[in-house]
Amino acid sequence: MTEVTRDLAQFDRIIDRYEKTEESLLAILQDFQREFHYVPEEGIRRLSEVIGVPASKIYAMGTFYKALSLTPRGRHTIKVCTGTACHLKGAPQILEALERELKVKRNGTTEDGEFTLECVNCVGACAMAPVTLVDDVYHGQTRPSKIMDVVKKQVGS
Amino acid sequence: MGAIKSVEQLEAYRRELAAAARPELPTVLVCFGTGCQANGARPVAEAFMDVIKEQGLEIDVNVGIKTTGCHGYCENGPLVALRPQDILYLKVKPEDVPEIVEETVKGGRVVERLVYRDKATGEAVARYSEIPFYRHQQRIALRHIGTIDPASIDDYILAGGYAGLTKALAMKPDDIISEVERSGLRGRGGGGFPAGTKWRSCVAVESDVRYVLCNGDEGDPGAFMDRSIMEGDPHSVIEGMIIGAYALGSHQGYIYVRDEYPLAIRNLTAALEAAREKGLLGEDILGSGFSFDIKISRGGGAFVCGESSALMRSVAGEVGEPRAKYIRSVERGLYDKPTVLNNVETWANVPEIILKGADWYASIGTEGSKGTKVFSLVGKVNNTGLVEVPMGISIRELVENIGGGILGGKEFKAVQTGGPSGGCIPERLADLPIDFDSLTEAGSMMGSGGIIVMDEDTCMVDVARYFTGFLVEESCGKCTPCRDGLPRMLDLLTEITEGCGGEEHLAMLEGLCDLLTWGALCGLGTSAANPVLSTIKYFRDEYEAHIRDKRCPAGVCKALITYHIDPEACTGCRLCAKNCPQECITGKRKEPHTIDADKCIKCGVCKDVCTFDAVRIS
Ligand SMILES: Cc1cc2nc3c(=O)[nH]c(=O)nc-3n(C[C@H](O)[C@H](O)[C@H](O)COP(=O)(O)O)c2cc1C
Ligand code: SF4
Ligand code: SF4
Ligand code: SF4
Ligand code: FES
Ligand code: FES
Repeated sequence: MTEVTRDLAQFDRIIDRYEKTEESLLAILQDFQREFHYVPEEGIRRLSEVIGVPASKIYAMGTFYKALSLTPRGRHTIKVCTGTACHLKGAPQILEALERELKVKRNGTTEDGEFTLECVNCVGACAMAPVTLVDDVYHGQTRPSKIMDVVKKQVGS
Repeated sequence: MGAIKSVEQLEAYRRELAAAARPELPTVLVCFGTGCQANGARPVAEAFMDVIKEQGLEIDVNVGIKTTGCHGYCENGPLVALRPQDILYLKVKPEDVPEIVEETVKGGRVVERLVYRDKATGEAVARYSEIPFYRHQQRIALRHIGTIDPASIDDYILAGGYAGLTKALAMKPDDIISEVERSGLRGRGGGGFPAGTKWRSCVAVESDVRYVLCNGDEGDPGAFMDRSIMEGDPHSVIEGMIIGAYALGSHQGYIYVRDEYPLAIRNLTAALEAAREKGLLGEDILGSGFSFDIKISRGGGAFVCGESSALMRSVAGEVGEPRAKYIRSVERGLYDKPTVLNNVETWANVPEIILKGADWYASIGTEGSKGTKVFSLVGKVNNTGLVEVPMGISIRELVENIGGGILGGKEFKAVQTGGPSGGCIPERLADLPIDFDSLTEAGSMMGSGGIIVMDEDTCMVDVARYFTGFLVEESCGKCTPCRDGLPRMLDLLTEITEGCGGEEHLAMLEGLCDLLTWGALCGLGTSAANPVLSTIKYFRDEYEAHIRDKRCPAGVCKALITYHIDPEACTGCRLCAKNCPQECITGKRKEPHTIDADKCIKCGVCKDVCTFDAVRIS
């Protein structure tokens, strides 16, 4: 995917919601992630300027925290819960079905940039295991043979 | 009204709320926890609003409709509870709403088809408190969940909230600590360290600044009680923290919440705001002269950040790597100041302990583990969800009486407790009382209280491999035993599940376990051996079946199983053939089908779609 150049104001709008201290770094990065589906380089540079923290330190956070991604993600995110309860109730089969149908490996993005497939550890809805989240909407008791229907129904394609 | 400036004013306010409340009027409680919302609670709540409006039933006057936190029985959601009749309806759909209003709200009658039915006897149970899932519970940490609206501080106050705080403000800080010590409350986040002892050693350190932290990272897969408390009763956590801060002389607190819990973050944020407005948080709390405030810190989805030293770094806006434990965080924690970190459930217990007294709390539970514990009962069990019971309940009582036994009448094999730091306990030890010490003795751990029930279809080698794989991904890689030892352990376990393991694999695994236990830097590495050692200890035969006979007795490990169709059971409906991604199932309509084993990728789709249970694994 091509990098889109963004107006600094877009980052500032997010940064301005927080106190300009190191304590806010993670929250701001998470908001970047939510807004742009990844943490753009310009955003890191801007953040480094405004808060006065070396960019290298922000990059270190970007690679350490699972919630953050430094590379662009797909328009839709599918998260398969692979927590224990979900594992026992068939999460591996769900994941394989998605890998097969979308022709993408876990943590990868489909060629058309439509979907990113992720694994997450327990989303705290274990009673509905196995759980799959499509753009953060919970789907419980999912089955390998039905999972693509669930995805298609939600994103409307 | 604005800020409440004294304890007397708070009590007067509570009386005002009580006078305005009319508990005799019908109330509809729609569960708005994550689970029920996922199952469609919102349209159900909206349907109630519509019907109520249509029929001119004044919401505040005749019928109160409330959205609450999770009742713990999410699998059966959306849940709707009705008062004053104390009726619980399961799996409610918007279409059911007019009937519920007509029959139950107006007529006081039960809609039979929506009530709980005992899976074994078929008997219908309409009363909330008589459903087996709830009957055996004793709720302290979950005391308000499901009955109050987490968005309403008035609801919390009316239910007796902040009375623990007012009592605490009249006490000497030292006496509060003594009370918590005497209650025997042990930390609910995993290790079970006595809360009072931790507080006592923190105040003993000379410092002008102190911090109070709440651990809401909830990294254990399979556990969701902290989520439920933060979402369903945020004020109980906040009240507990204010009491702790007052006892410790702290003026700033932080709640560290996983970013994957948006509803918890939203409800906590709103609750903090409401508490500040009411003068319960911030400057000069209730006119006592004591000031304390709380910030929310959103975690970044790394399991290791639940570890205390890593969490403190993460709060400060750094990479959340643990540090060596020779300096304790009660001495030098957040920003190198004395810090008390407790778990969500631990904090939620504090107001109740202060209010009702240490003796009351200590009278519940066992000798070494006082009070109640919230368990998340999940896996292969009939009733899954959150349950709060006195410590000391046996595994069997939990699984059979509350959980309603094993799903699909299968054989009960084991429970896994304590998440990745815990282990598996076999069925033959199921009469073991659940408390901190007995679980540790059995080679497992309490952890955060996840109880994952396993049946005959669970492969214990696969489970050990699963947890090790989880920890490999979550290890921060700072120390060598964990960075290099864990992946090696995973390789060995994977080889066994693939049928390439030899006798020496077990010995090598045990050696690595030893290395991690004494050599790793933080709790992630030092406890990583538990899932492996406990499964080897109790299920050695299963390891041997994989190694010696190249067989997976539970039929899980892909390399060791084959799919085939039982010609007796197959009806020739062709459903499997239509769904098989490999197109390797053949057969004529209405005749038994067969699988071409060479092409089969063992995806399990055929077994999933077959409604006649004709697809078998061997
Ligand atoms: C790797 C690791 C992960 C942990 N994750 C959590 C967690 O998610 N939540 C939690 O409350 N405690 C967690 N703990 C335990 C905490 O470090 C700490 O002991 C606890 O929060 C203290 O609170 P308590 O005394 O009230 O239990 C974890 C520990 C380790 C070693
Ligand atoms: S034991 Fe593992 S997680 Fe803990 S500090 Fe060492 S490498 Fe990091
Ligand atoms: S779905 Fe089941 S019953 Fe139908 S053809 Fe396949 S194996 Fe036979
Ligand atoms: S397991 Fe998958 S590939 Fe094999 S026969 Fe069944 S559906 Fe086809
Ligand atoms: S294990 Fe999947 S939601 Fe908890
Ligand atoms: S979310 Fe409703 S019972 Fe858990």
